[in-house]
Amino acid sequence: MENIIELDNVTKRFGGITALNKASLKVTRGEVVGLIGDNGAGKSTLIKTLVGVYSPDEGDIIIRGKKVNAWNALKARESGIETVFQDRALTPQQSIVKNIFMGKELRYPFGFIKEKEQIIEANRLIREIGFTSKLINAESPVGNLSGGERQGVAIARAIYNKAELIVLDEPTNNLSLNETQKVFDFVLNVKKSNRSVLFIGHNIYHVYDISDRFVILDRGEVVHQLNKDDISTPEELMKIMRDTIGAH
Amino acid sequence: MSNNNSFLSNYFHRNGRALGSIGYFVLLMVIFLIGAPEAWIRPNLHQSVFVMMPTLIFLTIPLVFLVASGEIDLSFASTYAVAAYVFALLVKNGIDPAICLVLGIFTGAAIGALVGTLIVVFRLSSLVASLGVLFLLRGVILLLSNSRSITIMEVENHWIYPLLVGNFYGFPMQIFWAAIFVIFCYYFFNKHVFGIHIQHVGDNSVSAEQMGINVNAVKIKAFMFVGIGSAIGGIFTTMITYTFFPTQGFGYLLLALAAVFVGGTPYWGGLGTIIGAVFGVGIIAYMEIGIIAIGWSGEWRQFFNGLIILLALLGHRLHGERVR
Repeated sequence: MENIIELDNVTKRFGGITALNKASLKVTRGEVVGLIGDNGAGKSTLIKTLVGVYSPDEGDIIIRGKKVNAWNALKARESGIETVFQDRALTPQQSIVKNIFMGKELRYPFGFIKEKEQIIEANRLIREIGFTSKLINAESPVGNLSGGERQGVAIARAIYNKAELIVLDEPTNNLSLNETQKVFDFVLNVKKSNRSVLFIGHNIYHVYDISDRFVILDRGEVVHQLNKDDISTPEELMKIMRDTIGAH
Repeated sequence: MSNNNSFLSNYFHRNGRALGSIGYFVLLMVIFLIGAPEAWIRPNLHQSVFVMMPTLIFLTIPLVFLVASGEIDLSFASTYAVAAYVFALLVKNGIDPAICLVLGIFTGAAIGALVGTLIVVFRLSSLVASLGVLFLLRGVILLLSNSRSITIMEVENHWIYPLLVGNFYGFPMQIFWAAIFVIFCYYFFNKHVFGIHIQHVGDNSVSAEQMGINVNAVKIKAFMFVGIGSAIGGIFTTMITYTFFPTQGFGYLLLALAAVFVGGTPYWGGLGTIIGAVFGVGIIAYMEIGIIAIGWSGEWRQFFNGLIILLALLGHRLHGERVR
C-alpha cells in the first residue's frame, strides 16, 4: 500500500525542550491510525509537524515516497493533508454549504457565487460521508446540528479540499455515545473512499474501536506501534500503553 | 413530508427576520389606516415618505453589512456631511458636478477606510472609536465651513440633476436609484464573496481566519462601504435641497441605526437582512410622518420610535436566540 505520509526520525525542539525525539510514523492509503498518549506526550507537536505548522529540526518528511524539503502548512495542504481541529473552525449561524466552501467559494467572474453548484456538491459530500437524516440538507444552519454532525461538516469540508489524509484532533471530545457513533460512521466512510485518517484521542475505547493501527506516544517518542489484529480488547491496548509508558 | 419540513425550517432560518419586519410594517400601516383613513389615502403623505426613504436607505443598507461583520459605526452621520461639504465646495468652485459627485463618494470611502483601519489595526471598540470620529469629523466640518451653509443652485442646470434627483412622472428619481441600490446590495450580501465573507467573519472571526479569510480586510471594506453609502446619501440630500448645511446628517444617526435593528439584523454579527432593512427604513420613515398624519403632535414621534424599537427587538427575539 502507498504511504501517504511518512515521518522519519523527526525531532522537534523548543528551546531546551525536546518535544519530539526521533519520531517515526507512517500512514498508508485507506487506513485509520489511532494516535494515543498522555497529556504532554507530544501528540499536538506531532500533529502540528504533520500538518506543516512546525517544520522538523531533524529527520525527514516523505510524501508518497518523495522526501520534501522546507515542510510548511501550504505544502501539507497541497499534499492532501487536512486537519479538523477541536473547535472545527465552523461558523454556526451559516448553512452547511457556506461552511464547506468557506474561503474557497466557487465563483463566477466578479466574485459572484455559484450557489446552485455549491449546494449540489455540498449535498453530495454530506451524503457521501454518511449524513442520512432527511431533516438535514446543505442549506441547514450548522448551529442546528449536533456535535457529531458538526464534526461531519468539518470532515466533508476536508474532503472537498481534496484531502488524502484527514487529521482528527480529539473528534469525540464531549460527545455523547450516540454522537461518537456518528463520528465513527463518518470516519468509516472516509476510509471506504480510500482516504486515510489519523485519529487522535484521549479515550482509549474510542481510539480502539475506530483504528486499524495504533501509535503510542510518550514524552516525545513513539514508544510502540501495533496493528489491531495484534490485540483483541481495548483493555489489552490499555495494558500495553501502561507498560510502555514510562518504561523506556 | 420531512423534506418539506426541512425546506420550511431552512426557509424560515434564512428569511424569518425579514418576514418579521415586513409583518411590523404591515401592522403599522393597518394601525395608521384605521387611525387616520382620510390622511392615509391622500398621495402627498406617501410622497413625503418617498422623499425621505432613499437617503435613509443609502445609510441603512451598508450598515447591515457592517453590523453583520460584527462591527458598528456611528461616524457615518458625520461622513455624510463631510462628503456633502466636499461636493458642495467643489461645485461652488466651478468644478463639474459629475466630477464632484465622484470625489464626494471617494471621500466617503476614504473616511470609511481610515475609520476601519483605525479600529481593526488598533483593536479598538468600534462603538466608542466611531463615536469619537463622529464628533471629530463634525468638529472639522464646523471649523472648515465656519458653521455656514453653502447653496448650490447651479446643480439644477447640470445633467446629473434630473438624472439623480429629478422628477420622473411624479416620482422622485432618487427612489429608482435607491431601488437599484437595494437590488445590488441584496445580491452583494447574499450571493457575492464579499457578503458571504462578511457573514463568516461576523459569525466567528477565528474560524474565518483559519479557513483563509482575511478578517481585517473584510472588516475594513465593510467600513468603506458604509462611508460610500453615507456619501451618496449626503450628496443626494444636498442636491435635493440645493444646500449643504454643517449640521446635516446628525438627525439620521439614530434613525438609520434604528432601521437596521428594527429591520431584523441582530446586533451580534453573522446575520443580516437587506429586505428586512428596507422595511425597517419604511417603518422608521412612516413613523416620522404617520404620527403627524393621524393628528398627534410631533412630540409623540420619539416616544413611538422608542416603542417600536423595543417591540421589534422583542419580536425578533421570538425568531430565535443566537446559535453557537
